[in-house]
Amino acid sequence: MRFVVLIAQDEEVWRRADEAERAGYYTAHEAFETAVREAGGTVESSEALRSVTAATTYRRRGTEELVTDGPFAELAEQLGGFYVLDMPDLDAVVAAVRHLPEYTLEIRPVAEL
Amino acid sequence: MRGGSPGGGASDATRARVEEAIEDLWRSDWSRLVALVIGQFARPDLAEDAVADAFASAARTWPRDGVPTNPVAWVLTAARRRVLDALRSEAVHRRKEPLMVVDEGLRHDAAAAVDPGAHLADETLRLLFSCCHPALAPEARVALTLRFVVGLDVPEIARLLLVQETTLQARITRAKKRLAAAGIPFAPPPPERMPERLGTVAVVLYLLFTAGYQPTRGAAPLRVDVAERAISLTRALDAAVPGSDLVHALLALMLLQHSRRDARTDDDGRLVLLADQDRTRWHADEVVEALRLLDAVRPGAGQAEEYRLQALVAAEHARASSSADTRWDVVADLYGRLEQLTGSAVVRLARAVAVAEAHGAEAGLALLDGLDDALPRSHRVPVVRGELLARTGAVAEAHAELSRALDRVTNEAEREHLRRRLSELDARTGFDAGAGLDEGAG
Repeated sequence: MRFVVLIAQDEEVWRRADEAERAGYYTAHEAFETAVREAGGTVESSEALRSVTAATTYRRRGTEELVTDGPFAELAEQLGGFYVLDMPDLDAVVAAVRHLPEYTLEIRPVAEL
Repeated sequence: MRGGSPGGGASDATRARVEEAIEDLWRSDWSRLVALVIGQFARPDLAEDAVADAFASAARTWPRDGVPTNPVAWVLTAARRRVLDALRSEAVHRRKEPLMVVDEGLRHDAAAAVDPGAHLADETLRLLFSCCHPALAPEARVALTLRFVVGLDVPEIARLLLVQETTLQARITRAKKRLAAAGIPFAPPPPERMPERLGTVAVVLYLLFTAGYQPTRGAAPLRVDVAERAISLTRALDAAVPGSDLVHALLALMLLQHSRRDARTDDDGRLVLLADQDRTRWHADEVVEALRLLDAVRPGAGQAEEYRLQALVAAEHARASSSADTRWDVVADLYGRLEQLTGSAVVRLARAVAVAEAHGAEAGLALLDGLDDALPRSHRVPVVRGELLARTGAVAEAHAELSRALDRVTNEAEREHLRRRLSELDARTGFDAGAGLDEGAG
C-alpha cells in the first residue's frame, strides 16, 4: 500500500538550527529510511522543499487567472518536504515516522486510480 | 431442524422458534461473520450491511423454508453474495474503492471458511483492535465497536450514546470509509505496541460497559446485555494478552459493578440507588472473582491505576453488608487518590459524597465549591448539594438545589425520584436525611 508522508514544520526552526542540530536531522531521516526498509517497505521518492518564500500559488477560475507569491495558506507550519512510501499498512508507517525529527506529519494513502 | 409447513404459512410456534434461532445466531456469531466478510473482501464499508441484510433475509425465508442445517454457513453465504452484488455494481461505475489492509493468508482463509465457528479463533479480537484503532476518532471507535463487534443497530447505538440517529449514522459511515481508506490493518498490533493499544481498547470496552448502565432518555431500561458483552470481550482480551494489570483491573471493576445488576432496578423498572439496594441480590460469585483479580493487580500509574482505584471503591461497597456499614473513610481516601490522578470533576463529586458520609455533610459541601463551573449541565452537582443541605437542615436551600437538578434531568426514572424527594422536603414529614445520596459509581 502506497502512502505519501507530508512534512510540515515552522520554517524558523530549521533556519535557526545550528550545524550540529542539522546533522541530527539528517541522521534522523536516515534512521527513518532504515526503519522503512526493515518493515519490508520502500521509499519510492522523497524531496525537501525550498522555503515558502520561494512558493508561487496559481489559481484559475474560468478564464480568470491569479498568480500570487507564497503558499496556499499562511500557517505557522508549512509544507517542507514529502516521502512517497510503499508500506504494509498505516501502523508500519507510524512506527517508522517515529524516527523522524519533531515535525507535524500528514500521512495520506495514495489513490490508486 | 425443518419446521416449515407447506404453502408458506408458518405457524406461530414455528415463527417464534425461528426468531429465537436467528436472535441466538446474531448474539453468538455476528462479530465473527462480519470479521470473516472483512477478512475476505477487505471492505469494512460493505461488510456489516451485508451481514445485516443476510440476517434480514434469514428472517424472511426461514419461517417458510425452515432453519437450515448449518444456519451460520447459510448467513455467511448470503452475506458474501451481498458483497459480491455490491462489488459488481461498483465495477459498472469503474470506481476503485480503497481496501482495508488484510494479510494475504487471512484473506485466503476467510474466503475458504465454510463455518465461521471452525476457523480463526481470534477474529473478534482482530475486529475489536481495528475498530479501536488510534487513527480513528475516539467517538467513532465506540460507535464502530457497538456496530461491528456487538452488532447493535444504529437507533440502538444512538440511544446508548445519547446522540442523534442522523449524527451517529454519519459518524459510522465516515468511520467505515476511513477504516478502508486510511491503511488501518485488520490485525492485532505487534507486541511492542500492545500496551498502548490495550489502553485504547480498554477505554472503548469500559464505555461500552457504562453505556449499558446509562439510563437513557425516557423510561428505557438498562441494557444489561451490552454490559455483559463488554465483559465477555474483556475476558477474550485477557485470554489473548494474559497477565495485563490494566485488563485485570478493568475486568474486576466491571464485574463488581455488574454484580449489582439485579438490585439496580425495582419490580417496576425504577432505578434503585446504591444505598437502598438489596445487597443479597448482588452476585456473590462475581464479587469473589473480581476481588481475587483485584488482589493480584499491582499498584501502578495511569489508566490501569485509574481502573484499580475505581475497582477498589466498588470492592469496598461489595464487602459492606449495608450502606451504613461501608468504610466511607476508605472510600473517601480512594476517591482522593483518584482525583489526584485524573483531576476529574466527576471524581471530585463522588469524593464529596464519600467525605460527607465519613466526616459529615459540611465537609462534603465544602468539596462541591467550583464544581458548577466544571460540570455546568450536570444535574448531579445540584442533587448532591441539595441532599447534603437537607442533612444540615437547610430545607429551603435544599429545595432550590433539587429543583435546579430537576430542570436538567431527562431520564424519567430520575425525574420521578427527584419529584418524590422534593415533595418529601415540602411535607417535611418522614424526612430521611440519609436517603437520596448516591456516590456515583452505581
